[in-house]
Amino acid sequence: MKKMISLLVRNRPGVLSHVAGLVTRRGYNVESIAAGPTENPARTRITLVVSGDEREMEQVTRQLRKLIDCIEVRDLKYSEAVTGEVALVTVAVEPEKRLEIMSLANTFGARIADLDENSLTLQVVGSSHMVDMVITGLAPYHIKAMARTGLVALPIDSRENRESLL
Amino acid sequence: MTDTSNTGGKRTGAQILVAALERAGVETVFGYPGGPVITLYDAIYDASFKHILTRHEQGAAHAADGYARATGRVGVVMATSGPGATNLVTGLATANMDSVPLVAITGQVPTTAIGNDAFQEADIYGISLPITKHNYLVKDAEQLSQVLAEAFYLAGSGRRGPILVDVPKDIQTALLTPAPAEPVIIPGYEPEPPLQDDQLAELAEALKFSRRPLAYLGGGVTASGAEEELFRFLTENDIPATATLMAKGVFPDDHPLALGLPGMHGTKYANLAIYESDLILCLGARFDDRVAGNVRRFAPNARVAHVDIDAAEIGKRVDTHLPVVGDLKAVLARVLKTVTPVARPDWLRRIDELKQKYPLPLPPQDGPEIKPQSVVLAISEATRGEAIIVTDVGQHQMWAAQLIVSTRPRRFLSSGGLGTMGYGLPAAMGAQIGRPDLPVVLICGDGGFQMNIQELATIREHDLPVKIAIINNGCLGMVRQWQQFFYKERYSSSIWKHEPDFVKIAEGYGIPSRRVTEPAEVSRAVRALLDSPGPQLVDFKVDMFENVMPMIPAGGGQTDFYEC
Repeated sequence: MKKMISLLVRNRPGVLSHVAGLVTRRGYNVESIAAGPTENPARTRITLVVSGDEREMEQVTRQLRKLIDCIEVRDLKYSEAVTGEVALVTVAVEPEKRLEIMSLANTFGARIADLDENSLTLQVVGSSHMVDMVITGLAPYHIKAMARTGLVALPIDSRENRESLL
Repeated sequence: MTDTSNTGGKRTGAQILVAALERAGVETVFGYPGGPVITLYDAIYDASFKHILTRHEQGAAHAADGYARATGRVGVVMATSGPGATNLVTGLATANMDSVPLVAITGQVPTTAIGNDAFQEADIYGISLPITKHNYLVKDAEQLSQVLAEAFYLAGSGRRGPILVDVPKDIQTALLTPAPAEPVIIPGYEPEPPLQDDQLAELAEALKFSRRPLAYLGGGVTASGAEEELFRFLTENDIPATATLMAKGVFPDDHPLALGLPGMHGTKYANLAIYESDLILCLGARFDDRVAGNVRRFAPNARVAHVDIDAAEIGKRVDTHLPVVGDLKAVLARVLKTVTPVARPDWLRRIDELKQKYPLPLPPQDGPEIKPQSVVLAISEATRGEAIIVTDVGQHQMWAAQLIVSTRPRRFLSSGGLGTMGYGLPAAMGAQIGRPDLPVVLICGDGGFQMNIQELATIREHDLPVKIAIINNGCLGMVRQWQQFFYKERYSSSIWKHEPDFVKIAEGYGIPSRRVTEPAEVSRAVRALLDSPGPQLVDFKVDMFENVMPMIPAGGGQTDFYEC
């Protein structure tokens, strides 16, 4: 099973090492890890997607909760969160085939981030599923390079004031 | 006290660090200086605490650990950057596995040099990540006070553990006006999780209907100081108890309800009682694989209740039916109030029967060679629970765990989780410094003794009256035993071809010593060891081929006893 975990951590040097180190040494599989600033400069939000069996998944949350710099650890269901991912995909393409790809891009609201004679880079923003679909759509062409941010997620109830925790 | 007249009231980072240690109530620091911490050691010259210079940083780390285990206070160790810091690694891992409160302070190359492979640079922050409860690299001198206050708070609260603080040289030399210490607030850190009424109610209910409850005690009992509540709980409810290495003595070994050690080298009656139990009460233990080799055949007929301050321990290896998160002392105090005492005569009769039928095997002392168990027994009889017994790791450790009668917490110190050979001698030294009022006896194998033998110099220097009994079987006994049982007696690299003369070595260090080879001399030699003043060493030459029994091979269930 896969699991999406949202962590709110103290923005301290080494906090990412603590999170990544814990996940690695306990033997969990990381699908993605994304970290970035929040509304509070002293806090960082990290979104982790991990996979494993049920006992492992239960353990990973508890172990993360023990990290001193972790303020909050939440298992997120997709229904409880807004999520998104950015992917950059460079495809080798002859000028005459550009239109085909641009039409695929339009369908998914992707935009062209870079272009030269023989290749084109798409920027895809959306759910991980949507990014997967675009990549599937591009598979018949030659994908030269790709970068994905991994999922970022925000619990829906973050809209409410939770100052008490901060 | 320090002259600050020409610095405009400013102080160095090193002075601020020392002041923070004094504020934390530190009385003793174990350590070893070097280039990048000379500034720190200069500040220590004026400190109110005592600094014990060991002969190796590993010795300092284990000494701080022994000090912490014996006293319940936070142990402090210091080392320089690079090799000094990496020499702490085994000590930190040992403390981390056994949840021992330590603060380790390491020097580091200047912040401007970090990452340049500078002389004596090692990324101790990265290295210590997986073997500390938390760690810090201080990059701003203004934060030193706060970081140290946090370090002591974290080490000694919740599930205890080692904290490392890495302090670059320029942070030590920085001049600044000390800011008043702010209270430590760590959002999201909950050292004493609030008790949950429903969990306690379910535990009380399960206990009421249990006919064969069994308490399985771990280091959490010691850490929370719950021995009085535990004694009442067990005795008022007729609950027999098995104690891990970490819990030895928290419930008196000589009480009829005491079952001794569980697991691989535990008593048969403890393991059979676990197997027959209908309710396992795991109190601050963690179902280590040396206790529960096979979780499916650990206690197949039992519901499992697990009380732990660390929620992540619950359900980690064994399915838990009744989780209780909280400090054990508080949990037991609440349970004592709600549970009506129940007598369980049938269960106690069964426990007696198991004890009669499967007593701990003791070899007859009939041959010309000393049986190692006889030395351990003589030490137990001569100390009667009044001494702090420290062990190293291996066969002698298991014999000590089986045979020493321990009746109080913090009187049996041993590396349980990491199983660190070389732990014993420096830990005994630290324990003696922490508890000068108690006799400290080290029981040590001839292998582990050689791993930190240099600390004999520190023991001599401070005239610490540690009594050292070497159980000398001329080999790495536990490895040899496994090779005998499971590797067709192919003794690969477990038997020395040359053994040093420990009596001469001790003489060289200025420690009175003697060798004992005759079985008839054992009792007298043990009494002489304990009664003579100052540090003393006796090298007991014992039977090389004695084995630790009973034994459940690795991965076995509680009834899978090995028969040789």
